[in-house]
Amino acid sequence: MNTIVCIKQILDPEIPPAKFRLDSESKRVILPEGIPPVINPYDEQAVELALRLRDKHGGKIMVVTLGSDAAASIVKHALAMGADEGVILADEVFEGSDSFTTAYILTKAIQKIGDYKLVLCGRQAADWDEGLVGSIIAENLGLPLVTLAEAVDVADGELRVKRATLDGYQVFAVPTPAVVTVSNEVGQPRLPSGWGIIAAARKQVPVWNAGDIDVNSSQVGAGAARRKLVKLFIPVRERKCEIIQGETTVEASVKLATRLREAKVI
Amino acid sequence: MAGYQGVLVCGEVAEGKITTITKELINTGRRLSDDLNQPLSVLLVGRDIHEVAKEAIFLGGDKVYIIDGAPFAESHPERYVMIIVSACQQIAPSIILLGQTDMGRDIAPRLAARLGTTVCMDCIELAIDLETKLLLQTKPVYGGNAMAAWVSEDHQPQVVTMRPRVVAPAEPDTSKKGEIVPVAIDIDDSVISGKLLETVKEEIKGIRLEEAKVIVAGGGGIGGSEGFQLLQELAQVLSGTIGVSRVPCDEGWMPLSLEIGQTGHMVSPNLYIAVGISGALQHLAGCSGSKCIVAINKDPEAHIFREADFGIVGDYREALPPLIEKCRALLAI
Repeated sequence: MNTIVCIKQILDPEIPPAKFRLDSESKRVILPEGIPPVINPYDEQAVELALRLRDKHGGKIMVVTLGSDAAASIVKHALAMGADEGVILADEVFEGSDSFTTAYILTKAIQKIGDYKLVLCGRQAADWDEGLVGSIIAENLGLPLVTLAEAVDVADGELRVKRATLDGYQVFAVPTPAVVTVSNEVGQPRLPSGWGIIAAARKQVPVWNAGDIDVNSSQVGAGAARRKLVKLFIPVRERKCEIIQGETTVEASVKLATRLREAKVI
Repeated sequence: MAGYQGVLVCGEVAEGKITTITKELINTGRRLSDDLNQPLSVLLVGRDIHEVAKEAIFLGGDKVYIIDGAPFAESHPERYVMIIVSACQQIAPSIILLGQTDMGRDIAPRLAARLGTTVCMDCIELAIDLETKLLLQTKPVYGGNAMAAWVSEDHQPQVVTMRPRVVAPAEPDTSKKGEIVPVAIDIDDSVISGKLLETVKEEIKGIRLEEAKVIVAGGGGIGGSEGFQLLQELAQVLSGTIGVSRVPCDEGWMPLSLEIGQTGHMVSPNLYIAVGISGALQHLAGCSGSKCIVAINKDPEAHIFREADFGIVGDYREALPPLIEKCRALLAI
C-alpha cells in the first residue's frame, strides 16, 4: 500500500522557553542560534505509522515537505527512518502561504505523485498548533478523512482507523484512498539505524517548483492567504512563586501544607 | 460583508444536556453579537432536544436552530459536517463558533474548507474591532510560548474554535425570550464513504479531571509507575484525583487518558500540584487555568516554578510523605 506522508520543518518545540524569541515588528519567530529546526513531532509519528503499515502490508512511502532547501534535513531524517523517497516543494511564490494555500500546494504535489492509497499528516504542527492542513487536503482531493488516528490497519481491503477521543476512542472503516491525520497516541517513533542514515545520505531528494506541480501562482503565497496575522507577542506571566524554605525537604513540606491551609486552598 | 449576519454557536448536546463548552461559547457569542449589534443563534443537533433548546434561549440565544439527529459521538463525522455546512448555508452567519473539542477539532477545518472561508483553531480570546467590525482571533502558538492574533478581511463567515474553560459558562435567565426553529436537513448517507464501527468510552474510575477540585499531577521526574502511589495517596487525602504530563504516557507508566496538556485534558482545578513536572509549555497549556499551582521539583531551574504559586525544591519521595501526613492532620481525617 503506497503511502504519502506530509511533513513540516519547525522550530524545536523542546527548546527551553528562555531561548524563545520573536520580532513583533515583522511578526516572525527568530530561530535561536545553534538549535537546528526539527521534523514536527506529530509528522514524525505519521512517518512511524506509515513504516508500521509498510512492515505489515508492503508498499512504498513517499515523504513530501513544503519549504526551502533547508527542509532537506527533515526529508533525510524520514528517509533514514525508512521512508523510500522524498521530495521538497520549493518556490519563492510559495512564501507567506497560510494553511489553505499550503494544503493547495501539497494537494497538487499529491496529485502529481498519483499512485497512493493513503495520505498521512501529523494531527497539527507544533508551531502554529492549528491542525488544518490534513483536513483541507482531504477536502481538496474529495477523499474520506479520519482525524486524530492512534492506529491504522488494513482489513478486507479497507482501512481500519482508531481515532483518539478525549475519553476513549472510535473505530472507522474507510475505503482507500483516504487521508488520515495522526495523533501522538501512536507512540515513540523509531530511531534511524546506522544503515538507514547511510542509505538516506545517498538518496537524491528532488525539488519541485510551482511549474512542476502545476500550481497557479495567483493561488499561493501571502497574497492568497485568507487571513492576516496582526499581532505576535510573548504573553506576560503573572504568577510569582513562593518557594517554601526549610532545613530539610520534610520541614518545607510541612510548612507547605500549613501555608496552603492559610491560603484556604485546602 | 453583505449577506452574512450574526453569530452562530455550533453547540453540543451530550446525554441530553447542553455541554459546558457550549455554555461558554454562548457567553462569548452573546458578547460578540452585542458588539456587532446582531443576533446570536445556537445550532443544536440531538434527539428530543426541545427542552435543551429552551435552555439555550435562557442562556442567551436569540434563535435556536434544532436538528433531529444523533449526537456527534454516535454519528459519522462526515454526516455531521454535511449537516452543519448545510445549516450554515441556510443561516448565513458572519461568525461561526465551535468548541476545541473532539467535534470542533474535526468539523471546523472541513466546515471552513467547504464554505470557502477561513478558520482559526483553539482561540483563547475573541473580540470585535469596533472600527472595522472584524473579529480579532487570538490563540496560543509555539506551545504557548507566544500569542498570535489574526483577522480575516475578506472571507466570511469566520469560523473559530474556542479552547474550553477560558471563559465562564453563560448563566441561565428564565425571563429571556427567543425563538426555536426546527431545521430539516436531508443527508444522503450513500455519499458518506466509510463507516463508524464503534465508539468506546473508557470508564474513568473516580473523579473526571475536568471536574476535579484538586489534581495531583506527575511527570517524568516520578521515574516509574510505582512512584504514582504516593501521588494517589495525596490526591485521596485532598479528595482529588491524579493526572500526568506527557512523559509518563510516552514511557508507558500511566494511561494516556490521564494526560493533561495541549493534546490531552484542559483542566482548571482550585489546586494543581505538579510533581516532578518540568513545565513544558504544551503541558502548561492544559493546567495554567488552575487557581493555585504548587510545584515540587528537584531542579530549582525547572520552568514549572515560573508558573507556580508555591514551590518546594526537593525530591518528591521525601516531600510527599510529610505533606500527606500534615494535610491529613490539618483536614482531620
